[in-house]
Amino acid sequence: MIKHESIETNAALLVILTLIVVSIGGLVEIVPLFYIDDTVEDVEGVRPYTALELRGRDIYQREGCYLCHSQMIRPFRDELLRYGHYSLAAESQYDHPFQWGSKRTGPDLARVGGKYSNEWHVAHLRNPRSVVPQSIMPNYPWLLQTDLDYSDVQDRMRALKATGVPYSETQEEYDANVVEFGVAAADQLDILHAEENLMQQALTENYDGQRARVTEMDALVAYLQVLGTMVDFSKYDEGYFADFR
Amino acid sequence: MSQTKSSKPSAVQTTGHAWDGDIQEFNNPLPSWWLWAFYATVVFAVVYWVFYPAWPIASSYTKGVMNDITFLDSNGNRKTTHWNTRSALLRDLQEGKTAVLSRDYLDKVAAASYMEILGDPEMMAFTRSMAKGIFGDNCAPCHGSGGAGVIGLFPNLADDDWLWGGSVEDIQATLENGHLGFMPAFGEVFDDAQLDDIASYVLSLSGHAVDAAASERGKAIFQTNEGGCYYCHTHEATGLKSQGAANLTDQIWTIADVNGAADLEGKKERVKQVIANGVQRRMPAWSDRLSAAQIKLLTVYVHELGGGQ
Repeated sequence: MIKHESIETNAALLVILTLIVVSIGGLVEIVPLFYIDDTVEDVEGVRPYTALELRGRDIYQREGCYLCHSQMIRPFRDELLRYGHYSLAAESQYDHPFQWGSKRTGPDLARVGGKYSNEWHVAHLRNPRSVVPQSIMPNYPWLLQTDLDYSDVQDRMRALKATGVPYSETQEEYDANVVEFGVAAADQLDILHAEENLMQQALTENYDGQRARVTEMDALVAYLQVLGTMVDFSKYDEGYFADFR
Repeated sequence: MSQTKSSKPSAVQTTGHAWDGDIQEFNNPLPSWWLWAFYATVVFAVVYWVFYPAWPIASSYTKGVMNDITFLDSNGNRKTTHWNTRSALLRDLQEGKTAVLSRDYLDKVAAASYMEILGDPEMMAFTRSMAKGIFGDNCAPCHGSGGAGVIGLFPNLADDDWLWGGSVEDIQATLENGHLGFMPAFGEVFDDAQLDDIASYVLSLSGHAVDAAASERGKAIFQTNEGGCYYCHTHEATGLKSQGAANLTDQIWTIADVNGAADLEGKKERVKQVIANGVQRRMPAWSDRLSAAQIKLLTVYVHELGGGQ
């Protein structure tokens, strides 16, 4: 039996025993999620981000949006009323890293997609108080002034592919995506056409209201507008999701 | 803690080591309240393991005993599961205190016609209190918590001017399907002098004392196929409801902040900007996001905000 005193007076032993105790917590709480069958719900519609949405997500992280905004609606009545259906694990399966968060200085954004118009997002990101007088969110005026750098978007997609996100480079991977996500989505997940797809989406949708330019605002609003919109909840019985817990 | 060696020389043990000659560290036992609280959390955890989902086993986990949750699924069938937060939410939505308290009213409002709701003080009181929250969560970010909107971006709901119609039916349709408010940009169609003429005519419609000759030239563009403004704004310039076109004959301005300009030149400049750049405003559709009952409550609320038609 090791005496308390001998642990406390032996720094190396204290470190080793501390690591063992802490890692037990991690092993028991995290590792089983990778092999428990029900962790990720079986739902249709969740796809990886398009090239433009992906760049928007990068900007979301660069600007530290996650420091004040969570993307995790918990299964409580008040959250349902305010934000919508609770988040599913399946909805963030292609997020690396996920943006769940736990700090809500601002509201949760897991289902902000489609809730407001593009014009609202542009006005709000440029100066939040122009539309919400009581807001304490900082201004992000440079998003509208800075052209989007998408020169490395293919590398960014390849990096995510290495973590298991099904972006395609070969014909077989593309064909698999067609089966999994449909032709339109599969085209968007093609790394080799990422740059032209990004331009196409930004110019067609014109999220930032500036026709001639593709700005960082285009990318960020494209990302915000897709959040939480991929699963059609009207197709599922509410009891269905309870079966996965 | 405040004890010193001299005041209580031998009451507690020290670690037996002295730093800098005379600095010693006490070696007190843990306070008993702390220790017992710690043991209590251990006991709590063991009890929790029994009743709630806890330990992972192979590809499943212990589900907990004597803690089942029964709720009704979307088809109205009773369904019983082990305890989990998702089932607990469904039970709360169906049997929780708030659900039970508001159900009678919600059913009553859902079954009633708009005429009946508007004429019943009790149903109106319920609608106001429920819809205020829904409006705050979903509508206020654009239209403002009081419904005043933002000039140039989001229409004012608190006045009696309705672009897409102010009847309960119109408001409900707007909420359900959304709208795309669109006016083309004429900046590349007309030169600056012509834009000036059109702006003069538009301002004359609401009684501004503009240059009569310019206004006449503007009228010629507005009322003919040259500008085609009357397609949406109509010959009377009162606006076509089906297009969400603004009434230009009153003093209410939703896009160009005419009332915020200091002088006539400023007002004209603001109208010109709108004609040159066009308008694109999108109201999202809410039928996928809100329930039919919620949309009904909101319809009545928004209708009342503006003293609707």
